[in-house]
Amino acid sequence: MGANVRKRARHGYVTPLLWPSIGYFEFNVMTCLNLLTAKDVTYICPYIGALRGTLTVTNYRLFFKCMDREPAFVLDLPLGVVSRVEKIGGASSRGEVSYGLACKDIRNLRFAHKQMEDSLRKSIFEILMKCAFPVSNGLTIFAFEYGQVYPENGWKVYDAQAEYKRQGLPNESWRITKVNDHYELCDTYPSTLVVPVNIPDEELKRVAAFRAKGRIPVLSWIHPESQATVIRCSQPMVGVNGKRSKDDEKYLQTIMDANAQSHKLFIFDARPSVNAAANKMKGGGYESEDAYQNAELVFLDIHNIHVMRESLRKLKEVVYPNIEESHWFSNLESTHWLEHIKLILAGALRIADKVESGKTSVVVHCSDGWDRTAQLASLAMVMLDGHYRTIRGFQVLLEKEWLSFGHRFQLRIGHGDKNHTDADRSPVFLQFIDCVWQMTRQFPAAFEFNEYFLITILDHLYSCLFGTFMCNSEQQRVKEKTVSLWAYINSQPEEFTNPLYVNYSNHVLFPVVSMRHLELWVGYYIRWNPRMRPQEPVHQRYKELLAKRAELQKRVEELQREVTNRSASSSSERAGSPTRSITPVQTFV
Amino acid sequence: MFDGRVLLKQVILLFWPLISTWVQGAEKIDSCQLQVLEMLSSLGSAGGKSAKPSFVSYVTPEEIKSEKEPSRKEKHPDLLPGEVVFCSASTVLKYTQDDLSQRGVFGVLLCTNFRVSFVSDEEPTEEMLFKNKLYGENDIPLSCVDNIYGDKRKLITGGLVKNKYPSKMIIHCKDLRVFQFSLSFSKEEDAKKIFQGIVHHCLEPKSLRCLFAFSYCENTSYPGSYTVENTSYPGSYSYCREHLVSRLPQYFIVPKNVSDEDLTKYQGKGLPVCVGFYLSLAHNHLYSVKTEDLSDTLPTVQDILLSYNKFKQFFLIDNTTEFWMSDMKWFSSLDNCGWLDIIRQCLQKAVEVVESLEKENTNVLIMEEGGSDLCCVVSSLVQLMLDPYYRTLLGFQSLVQKEWVAGGHAFLDRSNHLHLKDKVESPVFLLFLECVWQLQQQHGPAFQFSETYLTVLSDSVHVPVFTTFLFNNDGHRDSLLRAESPHTQRSPLNCPTVWDWSVQFDCKAQDLFTNPLYTEKPKQDTSVRKSYRPRHLRQLSLPSSAFKTPPKKGFFKDEADNLKKILGVKRLSRWMLSPSSDSPQTSSSVREFYEAWQTKPLDYHGLLLPCLDGPSIRVWMQRYLRWIHDVQILGGGPVAMLSKVSEILGEVQELQRQLDRHGCTLTSNHKGARPRAKTAAAVIAARSSVRLSSSFPFVTSRNWAFKPAIPTSLLQSLMVTGMPGNLADREDDGGPESLV
Repeated sequence: MGANVRKRARHGYVTPLLWPSIGYFEFNVMTCLNLLTAKDVTYICPYIGALRGTLTVTNYRLFFKCMDREPAFVLDLPLGVVSRVEKIGGASSRGEVSYGLACKDIRNLRFAHKQMEDSLRKSIFEILMKCAFPVSNGLTIFAFEYGQVYPENGWKVYDAQAEYKRQGLPNESWRITKVNDHYELCDTYPSTLVVPVNIPDEELKRVAAFRAKGRIPVLSWIHPESQATVIRCSQPMVGVNGKRSKDDEKYLQTIMDANAQSHKLFIFDARPSVNAAANKMKGGGYESEDAYQNAELVFLDIHNIHVMRESLRKLKEVVYPNIEESHWFSNLESTHWLEHIKLILAGALRIADKVESGKTSVVVHCSDGWDRTAQLASLAMVMLDGHYRTIRGFQVLLEKEWLSFGHRFQLRIGHGDKNHTDADRSPVFLQFIDCVWQMTRQFPAAFEFNEYFLITILDHLYSCLFGTFMCNSEQQRVKEKTVSLWAYINSQPEEFTNPLYVNYSNHVLFPVVSMRHLELWVGYYIRWNPRMRPQEPVHQRYKELLAKRAELQKRVEELQREVTNRSASSSSERAGSPTRSITPVQTFV
Repeated sequence: MFDGRVLLKQVILLFWPLISTWVQGAEKIDSCQLQVLEMLSSLGSAGGKSAKPSFVSYVTPEEIKSEKEPSRKEKHPDLLPGEVVFCSASTVLKYTQDDLSQRGVFGVLLCTNFRVSFVSDEEPTEEMLFKNKLYGENDIPLSCVDNIYGDKRKLITGGLVKNKYPSKMIIHCKDLRVFQFSLSFSKEEDAKKIFQGIVHHCLEPKSLRCLFAFSYCENTSYPGSYTVENTSYPGSYSYCREHLVSRLPQYFIVPKNVSDEDLTKYQGKGLPVCVGFYLSLAHNHLYSVKTEDLSDTLPTVQDILLSYNKFKQFFLIDNTTEFWMSDMKWFSSLDNCGWLDIIRQCLQKAVEVVESLEKENTNVLIMEEGGSDLCCVVSSLVQLMLDPYYRTLLGFQSLVQKEWVAGGHAFLDRSNHLHLKDKVESPVFLLFLECVWQLQQQHGPAFQFSETYLTVLSDSVHVPVFTTFLFNNDGHRDSLLRAESPHTQRSPLNCPTVWDWSVQFDCKAQDLFTNPLYTEKPKQDTSVRKSYRPRHLRQLSLPSSAFKTPPKKGFFKDEADNLKKILGVKRLSRWMLSPSSDSPQTSSSVREFYEAWQTKPLDYHGLLLPCLDGPSIRVWMQRYLRWIHDVQILGGGPVAMLSKVSEILGEVQELQRQLDRHGCTLTSNHKGARPRAKTAAAVIAARSSVRLSSSFPFVTSRNWAFKPAIPTSLLQSLMVTGMPGNLADREDDGGPESLV
C-alpha cells in the first residue's frame, strides 16, 4: 500500500506529497452517505489553474476528480477541515458561479460551475453548509458514526494508573486520589489525580475553591531520581484585594517539602506579567511572594489565544497560496509565529532546566491552566522524559496532558461549527505540535516518530473522523461511541517510525531556543505548494538502508543456521568456529 | 550593592608584585601559593557568592610559576617549517568567549610570520578530534584576521600612533571565530610590541613575498604539485598552447575554425573560452548563441562584499546579551543584508543558463566585465547541476581547479591578503561555496562530499600556505613561483595545493569529508546514461567588454563581430536587449522549467535543479554558527543523524563481510544503499553522539556544562502593540466585549 500511496501522492496536487494524507486509507464506506454528485464543476487550483471535473460531497468528505489530466487529479478533503464556506460574487457575465472554502489546514479552495440550473448551485452550497457544519445544523459529527474496526482499541493506549505507576507513583510523598471520580471537585480535570500524601481530600476541596475553575495543583511528572516534580494548575483567585488562602499556601508548601533536594519552589506563570496583573480585576491573579514563602514567581510572557489566532491568520496570508520570494524572512517575521514558538519553547526549557539542573519542583499555570499550561507542561515532559518521545509515549502524553486535563478541543477547533469568527478558536495545540517538530529538527535521532506522525495528528485534529479530539474534557468525551486515532496509527506503526531513532532514554533534551535554529515547518504549512515538496524525502533513503540491513541480517542468520546444522551433522569438533561470534546488531547507542 | 568580585580583582592586582616577590626564593612554592590562595579566597567569599569561580581563573598556580621561571615565557606553539616568531607577550588573558563574567585563561600571545597564536598556560585537556595540523584552535593565520577592535570596540586600522595600545583587543576572524584578549596584565613593553606587531602584520599592506607560503615552501620538500587534469576533447576543437594572454590558463579550448592568429587579436581583452561541454555527436551544429551579461543582472563584486559584511556581523558574537537581543530581529536582519538573496540570484542565473542549454539547445555565452568573478560562479554552478561528475570529491576539485584557478579568478585580489587599497576585496568564491551548499542541502545524496568539506574549503582560502588561493591567475602563479625558487630557474617553487588535505588533516579527520549517504552511480547504467545526456551543451565565458561596443575603441567592434560570426551567433537574447533581469517573465520561465523538472522521477546522477522559493534558501548553519556557544545543540544537530547512519552503514558492511566470508554474494543490487568503503563511522562511533553537538566537528564539548542557554531578553520587543483590537489584553475565554 505504501508505494501506491506515494505514487498517487506524487501526482495528486492537493494531497501533501511528502506523506500520504487523510482519506487515503480505506474506511467503511457504508457509514459514508453520498449526498451529492455534480459534474462539470471547475476547481480553480492556485498552482495549476482551472480543472474541470466531478464533485462529490458525502457526510464525511468532499471529493473532486478531474480526468482530463494524466494522471487524474484528485482532491479529497474531510469536511471537518472546512472552517468557512462562502459564495464569491453573484453570477458572472459568463454565467459562472463560484464559492470558496476556507480550510483550517492552511489552504483555501475555490470551485465554480456554470449556472445551468440555479437549483444545482444552491444545492452544492447548501449541502456543503449543512455537512461541513453538522453541529450548527443539529446533525451528528461523523466521528460518532464512523465504525471502522481496527486490530487495537486505541482508547486503551492511555491508562492513568499505569502511567503514574511507570513514574513510580504512588510513593511515600504522593498519593493517587479518587476525589474527582465523578468530576465533582473539578469537571474539567481527569478522574485520577496525584496529590501530596499529607493533604486529605477535604483540604483539596478548599484549595479548589481558591483556584480558577477548581483546577487545583496536581502532579504531572516526577523526576525518577531527584523527586522534583512538574505540577500544573490554574491561577489563584487573588483578586484586587489580594485574597489569600491558608490551604493553598500550605498545599504548595507541602509540594515543595515532598522534594527533599530543594528548599525552593518555582511558580511559572505562562502569561506576560501585565496580563497576569490585569486578571486581578476579574478575581484572578498570581501568587504573591509574600504569601508563598520560598516560592519564586516567574512570568514566561506567552501571549493569549487571541494573539496566537491572529498570528496564524497572518502566517496563512504569507504562505498561501504563493510565497513572495524577495521578502520572505521579513514577511515571516511580521507574523510573529516563530516568535511565539520561541517563547513557548523557552518557557518549557526553563521549566525543564529547573527540574533537571536545579532539582527543584515547579508549578505551572496560566489563567485557566488548559492552554499555555498544557503546552508548557507537556513540552517540558518531552524534554525530560525519553518515554514521551516514543510513538506510544507521545500518545500517552497527549491523552494525559491535553485530553484528560481538559484542553478545550471542541471550542479551540470549533468542530462542525459554522461560527468561524468564534473568539474561542485558537491554534494552541498546533503550536504545541510545531514546538515538538522544532525539537525533532534539532534532535533528529531522539524521537521514535517521524514528521508524518505529527502531520497525521494535525490532519485528524480537524478531520472529525476519530473521537480523540472531540469534546472539551474527559467528562464529556464518550469513548465507546468513537474510534480513537491511536487505533489507526498503531495499526501501521512502520509508517510513523523514524528510521534513525536512537533510544537514549535517560537523556534530557535541551533545545536551542534561538531564532537561528527555529524554522517554519514547510512540510506542514506550505505543503500544498507543489514547488516546496522534495522529490524524494530523505527518510526514504534511511528506510532503504534499514531494509538493506535487515536483509543482510536475515541472510547471515540463515547461513549461521546452515553452518551450525552442517557442523552438527558432520559431528566435527570445530565447535567454536569464528563465524559463530557474530556481534549482535546494535540498535541502541 | 557591594560587589565582591570587583574588590577581589583589585586586591589581586595590587598584590601582584608582592606575591611574586614572596614566591621568588621560596623553596616550597606550592605551599606558599596555597597560603596566598587561601587568604585571598577567604577574602573573596566574604564579598559575594559568585566570587569563587571568578577568582580561581585569575590566579592559577601555573601563573605564579610562570612569573617566576622566565624560561616558560619562551613557550611557543610547534612552529611550522619556515615559521619565525616576530614578537610575543606573556600573561595575556584570553577571555572565555561564552562567558559574560570576564573570565579567561592566561597565556602567551605570539605573532609569527604565519599566525597570531595564543599558548595557554594551562595544559590542554582533550585532544581535538578534528585537529588542523597547520593551526590550532587558538591560532589565527595572519590572512584569516578580519578586523581588530580596541577598547570600546573601536576599529583599529593600520598606521596608528605609536606607544599606544588598548587594554582589550578583539580579533574577528574570517572563519568567524572571535578572540578577546586583555593586554593589561602584561608588561607594558611587551603589550605595546605585540599589539603593534599584530596590527602591522595583519592589517598593513605587504608584498606577496611576505606571505607565509614562500618561506614555508622553501623549508619543506613538498612532493609534486597538482597537475591539471587533461580530459581529451573531440577533434573539432584545437588546443591552444601559447601564452597568449597572461590571464588565461595554459590550455584552453576554442572552436577549431578559430585560428591561433585570430586569438592573438584578443590579447589583453579576454576571449571566449569553452569552459565545459559534453560529448556530442553533432558538434558542428552550432545553431545559435545566447549571450548572458552577468554585469547587468547580478550584483557587482562590491555589492557582494557589502552584503556579506553585513551578514557576517550576525555571527561575530562577543557578547551573549547582544546575541539574544539580535535574535528578536533575526529574520528581518537576514532579509535586510541581502546575502541570501544574492545566493538565490546566482542560483537562478545558473538555472536560466541550464534551461537554455537543456530546453532550447542553444549555446550560452556568459559575459562579465573582467570575466572571472560571477562568470566563475555561474559557469561552475551550471556544470554542477548538469554533470554528476562534479558532485564527486575529485570532480569538484577539478571543477574549482578548472573554473576558478585556471579560469583566472583573482584569488589574491579578492581575498586581499596583501591589504592593498586599490584591490577590490570580495568573497566571490565563498558565494560559490554557499550556492553549492544550498544545492547540497536540497539534494544530499547527489553529493559525494559533505558539508564539512565545504566549510573546511571555505576556511582554507584564508590559510596562506596553498598555492591554489594565492594568485590571480595561472601566469601570475607560474612567474612568481619561478622567480621565488631558490634553486635553478627550471624548477619552480613547489607549494602544496589545498587539495592535498593531508597537509591540514589526518586520515581520520578526512573521513568526515565524505557524505555517507552518497548514492554512487550504478555501474550498469553508464552506457545508457551517455546517450541520455543533453546534446550539445557549451558554455563560454567572455568579458562583456568584448561584446559591448565602446565608442572610443571602434576597432574592437569588428573583432567582436568577427567572433560572433565564427561562433554562429544568429540572434541576441532578450537578456541582451533588456538588462533588467528580474522581470517577472524570466523568473516565471525558470519556475516552469523547475516545475517540469520536478515532476520527472528524481535521478541523482542526472540534472539537478535547486528550489529557489523563500524557505528553501537557508543559512549555512555549520559554517556560521559553529563557534557560538549559545546555539550549540548538545546531543543533537546533523551529527546525530550522521552518526546513526554511519552506525547502520558500518553494520551493513560488517554483515556484507560476513556473507562474503561465507562465499556468498548478495544477488539483489540494492540501489542507493551501497555502503561506502570508508565513512565517518569510525570517527563518530568512537564517541557517544550524546556528547556531540551541532557544531561538530569544529568544537568539542569538553568545556561545556550541560546546561541550556536561556535567552536573556525574551519579550523586550513590542511585537503585540498595534494589533487590531488589542488582542493581547483580552481575556482568554471571553468574547470581544471583555476587554481588560
